[in-house]
Amino acid sequence: MKKIEAIIREQRLEPVRQALEDCGYFGMTVTEVSGRGRQKGISLQWRVGEYCVNFLPKIKIELVVLDEDVPRTLAAITTNARTGEMGDGKIFVIPVENAVRIRTGEQGENAI
Amino acid sequence: MAINAGDTAWILVSAAMVMLMTPGVALFYGGMVRRKNVLSTIMMSFAALGLAGLLWVLYGYSLSFGPDLGGLIGNLDFIGLRQVGQEPSSVYATTVPHLAFMIFQAMFAIITVALITGAVVERIKFSSLLVFSTMWLTVVYCPVAHWVWGDGGWLVNLGALDFAGGTVVHICAGVSALALAMLLGPRKGFRSGDPMEPNNIPMVALGAGILWFGWFGFNAGSALTSGGLAVSAFVATNTSAAAAALTWLILSWIYRRPTLLGTATGAVAGLVAITPAAGFVPPLAGIPIGIGAALVCYYCILLRMRWSVDESLDVWAVHGMGGTWGALATGIFATLAVNPAGADGLLMGNMLQFIKQLAGVAAVWGFAFVATCILAKLVDVTLGLRVGAAEESVGLDISQHGERAYGGLLR
Repeated sequence: MKKIEAIIREQRLEPVRQALEDCGYFGMTVTEVSGRGRQKGISLQWRVGEYCVNFLPKIKIELVVLDEDVPRTLAAITTNARTGEMGDGKIFVIPVENAVRIRTGEQGENAI
Repeated sequence: MAINAGDTAWILVSAAMVMLMTPGVALFYGGMVRRKNVLSTIMMSFAALGLAGLLWVLYGYSLSFGPDLGGLIGNLDFIGLRQVGQEPSSVYATTVPHLAFMIFQAMFAIITVALITGAVVERIKFSSLLVFSTMWLTVVYCPVAHWVWGDGGWLVNLGALDFAGGTVVHICAGVSALALAMLLGPRKGFRSGDPMEPNNIPMVALGAGILWFGWFGFNAGSALTSGGLAVSAFVATNTSAAAAALTWLILSWIYRRPTLLGTATGAVAGLVAITPAAGFVPPLAGIPIGIGAALVCYYCILLRMRWSVDESLDVWAVHGMGGTWGALATGIFATLAVNPAGADGLLMGNMLQFIKQLAGVAAVWGFAFVATCILAKLVDVTLGLRVGAAEESVGLDISQHGERAYGGLLR
């Protein structure tokens, strides 16, 4: 099992969710986050002039997939989150030791 | 003189409308600070409703409008509203009960105290603010109100015009705000350019909308009668607000994009500037006065930023300088054709009126600045004006008031 943490643009959430669903993954956790990468911040206008905000709003998607599904879920996210501009985000893949479905108590791969 | 029902009804409605402006200021300011300081900023205005509302009926009204002492201040005849009852006053608003005039004026004192707080948000100690506000209302606001509006006040005798409070409310608040902010010092991170992101611009727009609405009571109510003059002031007020809002919209558009924050600020600047002029100038004078207000205030904010003074929400630039422009513009555009109790201004060939306006502005500027510096210093050395560094970092909502604006883990 691997946990996929994808930080993407807010407006790419729907296409990414759809693509993951097409891969057979319905379950995921989505959080509004702030962050920065090479895109750095954004400058916004005040009453007069502007000020710089160093972190931008992004969406973080977390889901756990079977090892053999990692390549196609990564591809699904990458294709659908990409605009080609700076600020498209990043994906991290992390090994997962165990998982438990709280309703039934099932563990491991059966729980995801 | 007999009580006039129409006048009385209009003054009471106007007083209620001006009361609503203070919560308007609360939202206007509250939306512009960071989210950890929203409640504390709103609280500063609500505290003024409590504090100034009480001080006014106890002694503030007497110091401002009590029988004259040397042109400088009222005496204590009206203390605790003695002699202020259902009969009209013999000198103020003689067609409405004296109490109606008194409570209308109370709302002006309250909002002036609230306006200053925009300069000191996110770092002032709440208890010290209350002490400062009490002293400031007593030592600065009451005398100035007497000079400009009190029977026998020296600026009244000089002939300086202020229809609804350009000097008394706006210059007084704006200049004092600048002085207080300079003594208090900048917010942590201000000099290093930390982002001070406004937490809720819709709240700012709502506040500006409430202010615009209430301002009709402020200015048209200051006719103190419900007739042609009130209507003329009403139209001048709306015209100036519209012209200034549109001008600021364009200024921000020229800079980059047309901003809501700028447009709302512009409307307030236009309302400030027309305040001293509203019942002395023709309604369409609201156009140049409004455009001038937006230009003056816009560039004064730029100037203030260049000075690197953390007068956080630009009370000086918008109210102080908008009020200064308005007071001088009154000396330019005033005409006896609108208000026989007023004067002719520069455009009618009366240079002298412009000079009188200048004198009024200079006197209030000087007095408000010096007196505020002294009061603020006094509070600073005794109680301390600022919260501690840790309290400031955590935010004033939690450190000063033990509550937070946006609570709850679940959305």
